[in-house]
Amino acid sequence: MSVLVYIDTISGNISKNAMEAVFYGSKIGPVTVVTNGGVSADKLASLGNFGATKVLVQRALQSQDASQLTRLVSATAGTTGATTIVFSQDLTGRAVAPRVSASLKAGLVAGAVSLPDAGGIFKVNVFSGKAFGNVKVNSAIRVVNLTPNSIALETGSGSAAVEEISVDCGAPSYTVKSVEKQEGDILLPEAETVVSAGRGLKGPENWGMVEDLAKTLGAATACSRPVADIGWRPHHEHVGQTGLAIRPNLYIAAGISGAIQHLAGVNGSKVIVVINTDPEAPFFKAADYGIIGDAFDILPKLNEEIKKLKAQN
Amino acid sequence: MKLLVCISKAPDTTSKIDFVENNTKFNEAGVQYIVNPYDEWYALVRALELKEALGGTVTTITVGGIDDEPVIRKALAIGADESVRINGNAKDAYYTAFQIADYAKKGGFDIIFTGKETINYNGSQVGGMIAELVGMPYISLASKLDVNGTTAIIHKEMTGGVEVVEVNLPFVISAAKGMAEQRIPNMRGIMAARTKPLQVVEPVAVDELVSFVNFDLPKAKSACKYIDPANVAELVHLLHTEAKVI
Ligand SMILES: Cc1cc2nc3c(=O)[nH]c(=O)nc-3n(C[C@H](O)[C@H](O)[C@H](O)COP(=O)(O)OP(=O)(O)OC[C@H]3O[C@@H](n4cnc5c(N)ncnc54)[C@H](O)[C@@H]3O)c2cc1C
Ligand SMILES: Nc1ncnc2c1ncn2[C@@H]1O[C@H](COP(=O)(O)O)[C@@H](O)[C@H]1O
Repeated sequence: MSVLVYIDTISGNISKNAMEAVFYGSKIGPVTVVTNGGVSADKLASLGNFGATKVLVQRALQSQDASQLTRLVSATAGTTGATTIVFSQDLTGRAVAPRVSASLKAGLVAGAVSLPDAGGIFKVNVFSGKAFGNVKVNSAIRVVNLTPNSIALETGSGSAAVEEISVDCGAPSYTVKSVEKQEGDILLPEAETVVSAGRGLKGPENWGMVEDLAKTLGAATACSRPVADIGWRPHHEHVGQTGLAIRPNLYIAAGISGAIQHLAGVNGSKVIVVINTDPEAPFFKAADYGIIGDAFDILPKLNEEIKKLKAQN
Repeated sequence: MKLLVCISKAPDTTSKIDFVENNTKFNEAGVQYIVNPYDEWYALVRALELKEALGGTVTTITVGGIDDEPVIRKALAIGADESVRINGNAKDAYYTAFQIADYAKKGGFDIIFTGKETINYNGSQVGGMIAELVGMPYISLASKLDVNGTTAIIHKEMTGGVEVVEVNLPFVISAAKGMAEQRIPNMRGIMAARTKPLQVVEPVAVDELVSFVNFDLPKAKSACKYIDPANVAELVHLLHTEAKVI
């Protein structure tokens, strides 16, 4: 059963999401990777470590235009005879996988969190993380959009053969006028550790302790919706039902009540730590570890203790 | 301008989620339905703002049964001019997208709006599929949209930032947070909605590409371990040795 995995390498790097998608694909069948842009051949060859046998790269396509990528992926699916096409359900996957699905009339498993079982059934996230759906694909070809951080990555050793291709991807469907890069080097959607805070912090001037802790942990920062709405924090930090859904290994929430809409974006986290002055805060029900206490007191102490731990190791 | 806004219904975010009939069906008992927030707050409101500024009409389209009509009336109360309900059961995203694309092809719409995702199925699928089926550009996860004659300037999310793109009409766009501010319908809107046209169209036959076999609930979380606020070191120890996350 031949597998085609599309990965986004437009930043010049291979993200963790991309590695996961390749590794996931390799558990289903022999993997050919298709990508575009200028990423180095060495980096592409290293995808062999995650089970890729071959990497096809379309150098000329330098953007993430959904129409053009659809043609790239649909055409390579045809030439490689792939019956499973895997994307990471990141921003590119969300734009391209549905188009590929409609173009090939291939059923789309949106937000897979598991490999298919023996009967070809996939688990997907539904109801904003409050349940799982078990999905069966009825078409001969299937497209899988893999939820980030839902498979434990293992690094093997291998080198994939890299081949440049030239597929007719048609004209661009839009032009990029400019790009506004977000500050900070750890991107929230891909962060393994996240420090988040809510209205309990009283004002934007108090976020220093959140940032300090995040820095010590190598974590990204996040916030609840009201905090982004009032403008204490940038919008891209807003997590929850209407913001970003994240699945880090560790989510630390200080001064956040844990409203159901907030939980919807973070309940996929492996471990949740809650710091709140109110013992009745609903967040404690979703927490693995809790401290009933004042964030102004606990966050700096936590930072010190983690620094101590890091110094010892 | 002719604007088409895809409206889906979603269970109120506080609904209890469980399943019946051997876990094959969502338990609707006691569930309140709302307009999917992305469709209402961002897509619909931005479409209305464009119409107010530039003239034209806002049509909503929903694939669903008669039970979806209260949600459709809500969209009309907020200000849409007319609504279409494709009288089918939105079994999978492809079925839904196919019905909408089939209608849209005949309508000559300038912009087709969807929400970022439905909050029950969270698929983010329907918009991209519509775009492919009607052969239009698809701008996903847009947080700002301005129209200038026959082109639009759109801010769309990209990994690690925002991309500002220019696209020619017509196109399909999925609306994320930031595109507009929620509007609360007023009494006049609610009254007017009762008499606005709601056309019912029979669906076309389409294969179901994926099906939900059944559902499960996540394993219940083990109880929270409380740590004494005077002993933060204990928390760090547990995170290191027990949870192994730092
Ligand atoms: C349709 C819909 C969608 C929504 N989507 C989202 C979403 O995506 N994301 C989201 O976050 N919200 C969302 N909300 C809002 C959500 O319901 C809550 O209102 C919001 O999450 C509350 O934010 P908060 O916890 O920061 O503030 P609050 O509810 O005000 O809670 C502040 C908490 O801080 C605690 N506290 C106060 N002082 C301290 C201190 N010194 N130390 C420690 N703790 C302290 C308090 O005990 C309290 O628990 C949505 C709401 C709706 C209706
Ligand atoms: N049954 C439906 N009728 C009309 N529009 C829908 C329907 N289902 C989904 N949509 C639209 O497609 C978007 C994405 O849905 P989804 O692919 O389910 O996440 C929603 O925000 C709606 O705008």
